[in-house]
Amino acid sequence: MNDIEIADLYQELIVDHSRRPRNYRRLENATHQAEGFNPLCGDKVKVYVDLENDVVRDISFEGEGCAISKASASLMTETIKGKSKAEVEQLFSRFRDLATGTGDGSGLGKLAVFSGLRGFPARVKCATLVWHTLRAALEQTANIVSTE
Amino acid sequence: MSALRVLKSAEFDLLQIRRDFPALHQKVHGKPLVYLDNAATTQKPKAVIDAVSQFYRSDCSNVHRAVHALSERATNAYEAARRTVQQFINARSEREIVFVRGATEAINLVMNSFVRPRMKSGGEILISVLEHHSNIVPWQLLAEQTAARLVVAPINDDGELMLDEFEQCLSSRTVFVSLAHISNALGTVLPVREIVQMAHARNIPVLIDGAQAVAHAGVDVHELDCDFYAFSGHKVFGPTGIGVLYGRENLLDEMPPYQAGGDMIRTVTFEKTTYNDLPYKFEAGTPHIAGAIGLGAALEYLKRVGIDRAGAHERGLLAYGTELLTAIPGLRMIGTAREKIGVFSFVLEGVHPHDVGTILDRDGIAVRTGHHCAQPVMERFGVPATTRASLALYNSKAELDALANGIRRLQKLFAISG
Repeated sequence: MNDIEIADLYQELIVDHSRRPRNYRRLENATHQAEGFNPLCGDKVKVYVDLENDVVRDISFEGEGCAISKASASLMTETIKGKSKAEVEQLFSRFRDLATGTGDGSGLGKLAVFSGLRGFPARVKCATLVWHTLRAALEQTANIVSTE
Repeated sequence: MSALRVLKSAEFDLLQIRRDFPALHQKVHGKPLVYLDNAATTQKPKAVIDAVSQFYRSDCSNVHRAVHALSERATNAYEAARRTVQQFINARSEREIVFVRGATEAINLVMNSFVRPRMKSGGEILISVLEHHSNIVPWQLLAEQTAARLVVAPINDDGELMLDEFEQCLSSRTVFVSLAHISNALGTVLPVREIVQMAHARNIPVLIDGAQAVAHAGVDVHELDCDFYAFSGHKVFGPTGIGVLYGRENLLDEMPPYQAGGDMIRTVTFEKTTYNDLPYKFEAGTPHIAGAIGLGAALEYLKRVGIDRAGAHERGLLAYGTELLTAIPGLRMIGTAREKIGVFSFVLEGVHPHDVGTILDRDGIAVRTGHHCAQPVMERFGVPATTRASLALYNSKAELDALANGIRRLQKLFAISG
């Protein structure tokens, strides 16, 4: 546990996505959207989805937060574009297992870069906020999501 | 004069003081702990740990109850702690010292027992932008319940309360003034003496929230002339769960009890209960005896070190740290008051405070990140959060060097020139 270093968490890909987040915009023709908010740390995210026949045709996000939350949102949107709702669920559960140290990240592609999170339990909520927000959007639940 | 000053500060033996605090001598993530979160809570000297331990090892008993030896020892120690507090803040009488859970409870006590009965619809409570949530929310609650209004005195870009603007906030509608002595988020020292004078000139009573002050500045409630003064034990090297409300005796006397139960009564029948004398009227139930004893030991410790010497040491660190940190490119200091204590609240261009906190922690450096329970302050400066490094008397220049080096390293990680 202790041999997980800062560099394992803040890998180049994560820093890059935090500084230049992809799909960072409002999606005008979104069919689904939801908001996530962690009031204790102030992280905010809004997820927009264009869903057709249960497949994510397009996805984007806006928000404010730490490098981990921004990079997680950016990489998530890249990964799930074109995926079905069932595939999103599968990716989410694998991602959560990776973040909490119970999974090995297989099948996650680029998202496996978050493997360092298992050494930083206090930061798991930063990375998972956007995923919970996405699920709320897909399930059309109205309340603001939180991972605190 | 200046030679004398140098000599005096030389009497401050930092190495010895650090030895007094066992928790400072540990490694965190393999690095020596650099504890810079003192505005949240301070570490405890052996004297405090021993006093608490001594109580539980041999003197544990309830107070003001039984005639047996242990109860007498516990009562004596508890009341001796009250005398220590009284002398430390220069209150006139022990009856003016009420033990509570902390500054938050002290403020709630005053809100409920003193201000609520006086509040009328359209009445105003005056606070400032600099307040901790604990000196905002109780008044909001009261305002909602009594159709009163919360008035907030502004601050300038340095994070200082402006006396002229403050005075303009006082009016015939002002029922009560409640202000921080020192801002927890920025370290600003407020001109409390002048504030009390301005309010008293209009017969408005004043509470000073001294949670951040007692460990860093000499507090003299007599000279300050405030009506109430609140502080927490754990921010002044004492245990958590114990704090103090100082109140003027004549005001406490006329106030109804805050909580009801044992120890706060003289006689109880189902027809009529008469209340105990001050301060016991406000100490319902078995108090935090060990906490009070620990707080007494903490204040005795601070007296031995010398609050002036400790203050001079901290001022030296503040000047050193300010120079060191403001030299870092991309670092913006939030809170640059002329009168401030050792609090460095800052934001870094391109790096979120939570990432700063995580990365510094791996260097063994404990800082606070977030809004510091002072969201209006964050809003005033247009930032969602800051990183806050806050000093106590046991901190050193080397620790500030470690902080500055840690910041420069993390800037490299985020590829920001520095």
